[in-house]
Amino acid sequence: MSVADDFKTMAYGPAPESPSAADAWLDEHDRKFKLFINNKWVAPSTRQYYDNLNPATGDRLAQTAQAGQADIDAAVEAARTTFESWSKTPGHVRARYLYAIARNIQRHHRLLAVIETMDNGKPIRESRDIDVPLVARHFYYHAGWAQLMESELRDYQPVGVIGQIIPWNFPLLMLAWKIAPAIAMGNTVVLKPASYTRLSALLFAEIVAEAGLPPGVVNVVTGSSKAGGMILDHEDIDKIAFTGSTDVGQILRRQTAGSGKRMSLELGGKSPFIVFDDADLDSAVEGIINAIWFNQGQVCCAGSRLLVQENIEDRFIDKLKTRMEHLRVGEPLDKCIDIGAIVDQSQWETIDGWVKRGVEEGAELFQPECPLPDKGYFYRPTLLTRVEPTAAVAQEEIFGPVLVSMSFRTPPEAVALANNTRFGLAASIWTDNINIAFDVALRIKAGSIWINCTNLFDAAAGFGGYRESGYGREGGREGLFEYLRPKWQPRPRPKLDETAKEAEWGKYTPARPVVIEDNKPGDGSPKVDRTPKMYIGGKQKRPDGHYTRAVMGSDSALVGQVGDGNRKDIRDAVEAAHTVAGMWAKDRWAARSAFNRSQILYYVAENLSARADEFAKRIEAMTGRSADEARAEVEQSVSRLFTYAAWADKFGGTVQETPLRGVTVGANEPVGVIGIACPDEYPLLGFVSLVAPAIARGNTVVVIPSEKYPLSATDFYQILDTSDMPPGVVNIVTGDRDHLSKTLVEHEDVDSMWYFGSAEGSYHVEYLSTVNMKRTWVSYGESRNWMDREQGEGEEFLHESTQVKNVWVPTGA
Amino acid sequence: MSESNGRNPGIPLDMGWVNETVVNRSAVERRAATLLTRRSVKKDQQAAWLARAVTCTDLTTLAGDDTPGRVERLCAKAKQPVRQDLVRALGLDEIKVGAVCVYHSQVAEAVGFLEGSGIPVAAVSTGFPAGQSPLKERIGEIKASVEAGAKEIDIVLHREYVLTGNWPAVYDEVKQFRAACGDAHIKTILATGDLGTLRNVYQASLVCMMAGADFIKTSTGKESVNATMPVGVVMTRAIRDYVERTGHKVGFKPAGGIRTAKQALYWLVLMKEELGDAWLNNTLFRIGASSLVEDIERQLSHHVTGHYAARHHMPMG
Repeated sequence: MSVADDFKTMAYGPAPESPSAADAWLDEHDRKFKLFINNKWVAPSTRQYYDNLNPATGDRLAQTAQAGQADIDAAVEAARTTFESWSKTPGHVRARYLYAIARNIQRHHRLLAVIETMDNGKPIRESRDIDVPLVARHFYYHAGWAQLMESELRDYQPVGVIGQIIPWNFPLLMLAWKIAPAIAMGNTVVLKPASYTRLSALLFAEIVAEAGLPPGVVNVVTGSSKAGGMILDHEDIDKIAFTGSTDVGQILRRQTAGSGKRMSLELGGKSPFIVFDDADLDSAVEGIINAIWFNQGQVCCAGSRLLVQENIEDRFIDKLKTRMEHLRVGEPLDKCIDIGAIVDQSQWETIDGWVKRGVEEGAELFQPECPLPDKGYFYRPTLLTRVEPTAAVAQEEIFGPVLVSMSFRTPPEAVALANNTRFGLAASIWTDNINIAFDVALRIKAGSIWINCTNLFDAAAGFGGYRESGYGREGGREGLFEYLRPKWQPRPRPKLDETAKEAEWGKYTPARPVVIEDNKPGDGSPKVDRTPKMYIGGKQKRPDGHYTRAVMGSDSALVGQVGDGNRKDIRDAVEAAHTVAGMWAKDRWAARSAFNRSQILYYVAENLSARADEFAKRIEAMTGRSADEARAEVEQSVSRLFTYAAWADKFGGTVQETPLRGVTVGANEPVGVIGIACPDEYPLLGFVSLVAPAIARGNTVVVIPSEKYPLSATDFYQILDTSDMPPGVVNIVTGDRDHLSKTLVEHEDVDSMWYFGSAEGSYHVEYLSTVNMKRTWVSYGESRNWMDREQGEGEEFLHESTQVKNVWVPTGA
Repeated sequence: MSESNGRNPGIPLDMGWVNETVVNRSAVERRAATLLTRRSVKKDQQAAWLARAVTCTDLTTLAGDDTPGRVERLCAKAKQPVRQDLVRALGLDEIKVGAVCVYHSQVAEAVGFLEGSGIPVAAVSTGFPAGQSPLKERIGEIKASVEAGAKEIDIVLHREYVLTGNWPAVYDEVKQFRAACGDAHIKTILATGDLGTLRNVYQASLVCMMAGADFIKTSTGKESVNATMPVGVVMTRAIRDYVERTGHKVGFKPAGGIRTAKQALYWLVLMKEELGDAWLNNTLFRIGASSLVEDIERQLSHHVTGHYAARHHMPMG
């Protein structure tokens, strides 16, 4: 070819980014990398290495170490030792370190980008313009939080040693999302990169050392999933942070269940991309390019499900196909490439398998005619139209450059289709009608909502999912709490008998009659029998099983009887909770004004206060505590109701200060339906302390009262009845805590489970929560002082009652 | 269908189509910003693309102090825009610009200087740049320029009609202008810097095309904001929309503030990506510029010699 030929064809030519600096760096390490522990390169005890390939060529880039148990132990020990000093290092000093890391990332910007592209296969445009700048931004942002921690987060302490396991799609960015907040808040880190993509983490390790970060704060251990398991199981790890598939997230959740380790999970997605007929269609087409053909579609929040309004569907799909013809697939280091290489052959085969299945299921396949390189794992951008929600390709995460498309008629139908998924990571909404945009944004269950934009990220706005897309946020103030523990709270160390894990938890035989010696008051006539029923949907319901259990007082005297609930009572209670939780529910509790929820809580407090004596006597009778103590519990309960009546309209969220021109709104949304198993101690205060924050923030609840002392809770429904509490918001099922908890935690339409019971029960709750990856909050058999305001109320309760949705709204007249 | 000469015949004013226009500025700006990071043209291709940009240039002088001597020098540059040794070194045939663009008073002179070169003369017209003179005079101006030998007429819109949403008036005027042009091609200047919103830009583009514009052009070069990439994205999308629905291809001309070779490459990338290869030649793409060619020459020199060139080594136009 010559200039004259090119003058005629006006074709693009190669525009390669030079790999010379990256090659030189690899060569300096003899293309063989050890483990990075205590700022030193340490040979793996296994003596085993793994070949890291360039997916665009299949060539071996380097060998990286396979860590064994001794290496994981050494890394955790390094992190533990350093934690003692790092957690006490002044915030300003930590801020300087993070600032230095951010500066170093910018200094080595191009080298990081090239290594990332060679290792992962993503286009250099993306690693250069998106990944690495976001990495630097994340460290700058969190340098700020390190500086501010002592003043703004003074009630919190670091969690400890954090085990972090990250995926291969954004190796460096996910590392930054994990490490920056962790070390800013005074934690130390053992990080394991994904097998396919280990090199940028190792380069980062050197950059950290160059920045002078003390040894042991950040340790990078490469290894297989076995090494990941060793981190997970290590006793001295205080928290696991994981990003990856929902399947693996489930395994991890089960493996750490009951250990007292904190956990944050950022999992899969099948995010909707919704185009209304009044959208800027050309821009929406361009949005799709960024939604699904970003990083070869290997993006957890990829807009992989196109929902187009039926009246514009044909025109829109035509526009999209025309645009797809312009996509260029090829050598990722080429600056004129849109789509690079799939990370690995096995991933390529998985994607291809899904596409074939989609076609078998009746989808129409479209792929542009773009040329592909002769070698390497490249996949054409793919559009599957005429896909119905019943198709597997419409439900499952493909994690590749494959878009499925379907149509809708109205905004409510768009919302219904968007939410017709087990995931809830992100959504993109295209319309120039502000009413539709916000209404739909607030109805879609997902952590990131992009209006007329897509795949925007920033350190100032937390990223994370609803539903089976995981829990916890990365970025923003909301993300810090994943790496913080209230100051009063020690790391739970549950004493869990291994056999308890095997036990058939929650198995229960209903109660039988109890023979009472003396059931007669002074005058000799029998008491008027009063057996509280279940409280479901605002009505008193007889227990489904028609069994009753006795409530014994401290002196072994019968205090009363309550219904002995079973699975079906739980089922009914959850259904009732949904009648006011559903997105289109007639009297949706969360859609009531915060002022109204607050008023109702004040009313509850008012009515409880009016009956304080009666409630105190009940507590006294059940627990045997002194009259003064019982009275104090009631008074504290009234105060607590005031606390959450106050919080009902003061925790709505914030405007996030992202670089977007426009507004990024961080909304604290309710979690949904929360199951609550109350602690035995403090029959009234325990109940109120948990139920009040949940409903104040718009959740509806199914509550299992104190198993031993349930009568305060059943007395309470009379208070609810007289306080304008809408039916279905609070549902109470009495009975065996673990028996009922098991049904609740296994219920796939319950969004979170709070369990204040035994260590064994906590284990099982966490383990079983994986049925729908519901959030859990458990006590691990450890108690807290509910009378103490620091322990019994506040931000921790509000965080458990909410999930953050960040809505990105760009503006421009 | 298109006229036998390939020109856009226009269509009846379709207000339904005009009114349904939605342009989201932030999304357009993101496209404009990332388009240029998605494509990179280097080495041989860069030289070829730059040479192509020269052939798409409407070499322009629109100053109060234009004289026949000034126009003669410009025409000489138009015929030989790239230094001869560079053209030879690049292995290219003759290179010349797309047109020479002048005020009416210099049309006859320019036609004379360009005789035999095949380079058309374009005249800015209709009360350029503000378009505020009486309609009759504006139409007369077109006729005079065509009579003087102009093959292309760059007209300006009466912005009042755009800003008050009087699309039928815009349509009627442009239609009359086109009739006055006869066989001369008509480029409609939207003066996008005056239009306020990108929606207005899109709608004005559509109405001009419906009225039979051969080209739609961004700016006079006299507004405070000239050819920006977001405006380019919007106008090329309007062209695409029009060709998709009517089958008529309409050309695009960014003008004002385009001075560097790099900018020229950006505009070519925009044409290739938003419209396609058919818009990469001077029948459907022009750049209005006065000093662009010299910068391109310097880049071509760099391609040939491997070192950076001095501006004074390039012959003036």
